[in-house]
Amino acid sequence: MNGATLTRLEPGALAGTVGRAVRSGARFGGLFAFPVAERIVLRGVLVRPGGLAMIEATLPPGARTYPALTPTVPAASWYEREIHDLVGIEPAGHPRLDPLVLPIHGREGTGEIVVPVTWAEVELDDRALATHASGEGLLTIPYGPVRSGVYEAIEYLVETPGEDIPHVRTRVYHKHRGIQARFENLPVDDAVLLAERVEGVASVAHALAFCQAVEQLAGVVVPGPAALVRVLHAELERVANHLDSVVRHTEGAGQAVAHARMTLHKERVLRLQARLCGHRFARGVVVPGGVAHAPRMSAPDALGALAQLEGGLRADARLLMDTPSFLDRLRGTGVIDPEVAAAHGGLGPVGRGSGSRDDARCARPYGAYAGQLALAGPASRDEGDALARQHVRLAEIWDSLALARRSLELLADMHDPRFRAHTPPADGLALAWAEAPQGEVLYIVEIEGGRVARAKPRSASFHNLVLFPAAFHTDIFTDFSFIEASFGLSIAGVSG
Amino acid sequence: MPWITRGLREGIVTTRYPARPDDYGESWRGAVGLVDQGHPGAGSGEGSTKDLTALCPTGAIGVEGGRLRLDRGRCILCGRCVGAAPGIFCWSSSPEVAGLARQALVVGAELGGDDKALGMLRAELARRTRSLRRSVHIRHVDAGSDGAEEWEIAALLNPVYDVHRLGIFFTASPRHADILLATGVGSAGMVGPLRRTLESMPDPKVVIAAGADAISGGLVHPTYVTSGGIGSLVPVDVWIPGSPPSPFSLLHGILLALGLLPGCRPTTAPGPVADAPEQAGGAPGQAPDVQEPDRRTL
Repeated sequence: MNGATLTRLEPGALAGTVGRAVRSGARFGGLFAFPVAERIVLRGVLVRPGGLAMIEATLPPGARTYPALTPTVPAASWYEREIHDLVGIEPAGHPRLDPLVLPIHGREGTGEIVVPVTWAEVELDDRALATHASGEGLLTIPYGPVRSGVYEAIEYLVETPGEDIPHVRTRVYHKHRGIQARFENLPVDDAVLLAERVEGVASVAHALAFCQAVEQLAGVVVPGPAALVRVLHAELERVANHLDSVVRHTEGAGQAVAHARMTLHKERVLRLQARLCGHRFARGVVVPGGVAHAPRMSAPDALGALAQLEGGLRADARLLMDTPSFLDRLRGTGVIDPEVAAAHGGLGPVGRGSGSRDDARCARPYGAYAGQLALAGPASRDEGDALARQHVRLAEIWDSLALARRSLELLADMHDPRFRAHTPPADGLALAWAEAPQGEVLYIVEIEGGRVARAKPRSASFHNLVLFPAAFHTDIFTDFSFIEASFGLSIAGVSG
Repeated sequence: MPWITRGLREGIVTTRYPARPDDYGESWRGAVGLVDQGHPGAGSGEGSTKDLTALCPTGAIGVEGGRLRLDRGRCILCGRCVGAAPGIFCWSSSPEVAGLARQALVVGAELGGDDKALGMLRAELARRTRSLRRSVHIRHVDAGSDGAEEWEIAALLNPVYDVHRLGIFFTASPRHADILLATGVGSAGMVGPLRRTLESMPDPKVVIAAGADAISGGLVHPTYVTSGGIGSLVPVDVWIPGSPPSPFSLLHGILLALGLLPGCRPTTAPGPVADAPEQAGGAPGQAPDVQEPDRRTL
């Protein structure tokens, strides 16, 4: 395995080893379960300043339980609940093993993902963290999964005495699609297309992480021009996603003109993607070994379109960040304490708005970020409120536009016609990563006989949503939409 | 105050679609088509048609009676077939890809008697939607999408598409909704909410399935929690292919449901109630041809 170290240990040693690593400064990156023949293989990811480490523990045949990580590493809570749902083994000692993505119990535990026979409406107590509010006059308002506006399906249970929101719970199972199972046995080329649909608004980042895993195994280095085109599309995707967050903020604040302006800029980004590659979400661009084709626009045309976009956007952003009635809605709203964010390992703008300086493009650079398009440093703020997250996003938008411009300039100077290296699928196990707009995306990919035997995506949305209730302190109903927009998550990536 | 000048300086960016074709809408890949629909796949032997069907990751390419068929309801626009067999498959740039019947999305299929059936379907839908043409309210439901469809639907409200100009609105409550616009593979957890939303809507109501996932399950289906599209869960009237469908495709599908496309208006008045005379310029499909300022190219 390249790119990350692999340590094998006994299931009993998992909690101790990961606990020690986290106490000594590593970030918990996730824990996943894979049915392999008659056994369950657990694979955990630790992120250290020096790089990623994967730990693997194989349960003995027939074993249905292992000592849970969550008591020592609370950030593992959702991962272990997901494992419990998907492969039916029990993390013994987990404080709260409620269903997360599949609220169906009593399935035959064979290590296989079992088809539910009937789907019952299940009433769940779905606290995201091990706290809940109680008191006189407190009521729970369910909000979702069909919500006002055009949003993805998620259910929030808002616990409130009327105006304040002391606590929010989330239910994410409604749109669970069985993605991990769907990856099994797909040809590699088809699996890339599936990766693009795991979290559709971050198609490029997901395809990138998946392809980097395939390329690691094949020992292929992506040709220079292809690496530049990958950055171009990944950064435009970041701009579109960050603008989406701004759009939702302006909508919530009732800034009608700003809202119209920001939706126009977002439309321009999607159209630029389409003109460059034929798809508004840049699907089909990233393929194993490089990219499918050269940009379809000439460099001067593309640079002109970028300049037009940036000119209008900068003027509007300057004005927006100088509009008190807008800033007042974000300042002090949805504060995530930097200590809480660090303990959980908050990713992307959610983590970086609360003091984290972890951006995979800088800390663990890949592709052109490791060479010609190195980023000076991550955007980071310490305040932890929605405004800090907005500042981080705006700073990243300017960085992204600069990276996109630079990649186009470098491409124009390059006379290397190679956009794709021959990449026959090579068997093995790989862990790869990419920085999506929402934060770090991880892919554990196992290839056998030229097909994907198993693959598991971990989107930043899944990891970050756990922090959502932690953002409610003195916040009231009207703050809800701002806090949600400032997280900027995709529920498709959470539900899996 | 400064915001007003920011908005004005831009000029008009709104498309004239559907009254006029839109250059952008026509400029990129809306769907995959067959180069020569009249002939079997390159007149080739069985071996190569088998290869052609194997090209598609979602099984959208099939052979029936020696003729190639391409199911746009399954197609996720990956373009693998166009790349491998450009003499047989091609990109079609028109965003107007929605159909009133699942079968209407299959390119190369013999329509025959279906043509008449389609006409009846259109007339029946037109009767149902007659009262909705001037103002229609849409309730969107995500039944297991990848998230991109929601962006494209939300884009309909931006100044470029600005569907309010056509009397199209989105509503929070299903009780106020006329159209159910559903996306996603029909995940098990959304079956109940999807059905309850439809039940809550007053008659007349229309269901639109938006995107390959909602039509056929796309690439995500089959798994242990997917339905292979929402067609097996609720009765669908309009099918909009795409992965995701572009805003123009979505708009076309909505206008198709309402019978408001130029040239596609129902010519017969099949309903028992006499059709009210159209007021000049009152219908979105036929915007009056007034002198308009120049539009800004995006």
